[in-house]
Amino acid sequence: MIEIKNLTKVYDREVLNIQDMAINEGKIYGIMGPSGCGKSTLLRILNLLVKPTTGTISFNGNTVPLNGSAPLTVRREMTLVFQNPVLFKATVWENIAYGLKARGIKGEEVQRKVSFLLKKIGLQEVADRQALSLSGGEAQRVALARAVAFEPKILLLDEPTANLDPTNVEVIENLVVELNKSLGITIVIVTHNIFQARRITDYTVFMYDGKIVEMGETEKIFTSPEDSRTQAFVEGRMVY
Amino acid sequence: MYQFTEGIVEAFKLIISLDPYLIGIVLLSLKVSGMAVLLSTIIGVPLGTYLGMKPEGKTGFISRVLYTLMGMPPVVAGLLIFMLISRRGPLGPLGILYTPTAMVTAQVFLALPIVVGLTMLAIRARGREVEETALTLGAAPMLTAWTVIRESRVSILGAIVTGFGRIIAEVGAVMIVGGNIQGQTRVMTTAIVLETSKGNFELAIGLGIVLLTISFIINSVLYRFQKGGGRHTW
Repeated sequence: MIEIKNLTKVYDREVLNIQDMAINEGKIYGIMGPSGCGKSTLLRILNLLVKPTTGTISFNGNTVPLNGSAPLTVRREMTLVFQNPVLFKATVWENIAYGLKARGIKGEEVQRKVSFLLKKIGLQEVADRQALSLSGGEAQRVALARAVAFEPKILLLDEPTANLDPTNVEVIENLVVELNKSLGITIVIVTHNIFQARRITDYTVFMYDGKIVEMGETEKIFTSPEDSRTQAFVEGRMVY
Repeated sequence: MYQFTEGIVEAFKLIISLDPYLIGIVLLSLKVSGMAVLLSTIIGVPLGTYLGMKPEGKTGFISRVLYTLMGMPPVVAGLLIFMLISRRGPLGPLGILYTPTAMVTAQVFLALPIVVGLTMLAIRARGREVEETALTLGAAPMLTAWTVIRESRVSILGAIVTGFGRIIAEVGAVMIVGGNIQGQTRVMTTAIVLETSKGNFELAIGLGIVLLTISFIINSVLYRFQKGGGRHTW
């Protein structure tokens, strides 16, 4: 589904250098690694928010032109939820409906999808409240509902449960897994939480200093990692 | 003290009786400053949004120029516009000196840097993250720009009101390029100067009260809007 070749990103120094990476359709991928290893930059490049310095990205075999604005049709097949979600100054309902309305979807369909998602995230009662008045956990749930309302093919999550209480973590994890199973959405989640990665992902990518050190089935990465840095990380011995 | 209280009483009589001279001046003031702030908004909000979305390091020089122009004395603005549109100036053939058009031009020159500068600051505070969020949700470029502006709408409205406040209350620029001609280019501030110099305090105070009332109404609307957080639907 997604193929990355010879991808680099240079700011004042090289922060990302990925020679070859493939993300298969319908799977959940966890990206782990110490702070500053390039995880978030990779997500932003995948979401076409940031242009790579060199390299190519292909979606379903079509290489994305990186010299101009990202094509809207490609952008609309994916979405990214940030660690600190930015909700708009509008009601919870309007926030969730944003992506649908951006695609020209109106009326009954918007009503049906937003109502369904509000129920799913347990926030039906605050539908008419101003989104900026929500707590951190509620805001993250709204951001996730808003991101999946238009059923993207790829959902990118940048530490979506960092700083959340266990109840909110559980709600979000359950929703992520359910979306993957019921709609077949491909999910790439950046997480520092090794337990979370083991709980919900099919594949784990371990990054270090802008490079992919190891990538494989999650169970294999956790039980028999090939690289000593991966082993240190999954055993909680690497300070990050 | 007697002169002051008498002036206020007479001023209210003029306002309540809808004195044609006073009403004419008030309407012209609103027309000139309203048109100037409308033009400043049409030009300034998109320009300020564009500059606000640019990395701060790339707009350093423009920011400094804008901040300088924001504090420009109205008489200097009036002088510059006068030199441009006077008979021997490059725009002299247009023949707009001592007309409301000249006054609008001078006031745009004063309000535009305020609208651009304050819009730029408003967008810079939250624009980048809003833009990225809109893009991740599949917004087309026009909707993205609109979302960024709407999310900063309270601050942008503040920029417009500040611009309006500056020009409705200024006297130097409109005096120089308008000439304070009765029935043609006489506005509230120039009339207050004239009537005070003539000793007609009641009219001067009446105009002052109207000026303050307009300012109060506009700020009340803004305050109400800010209290409500500028709620909207997409």
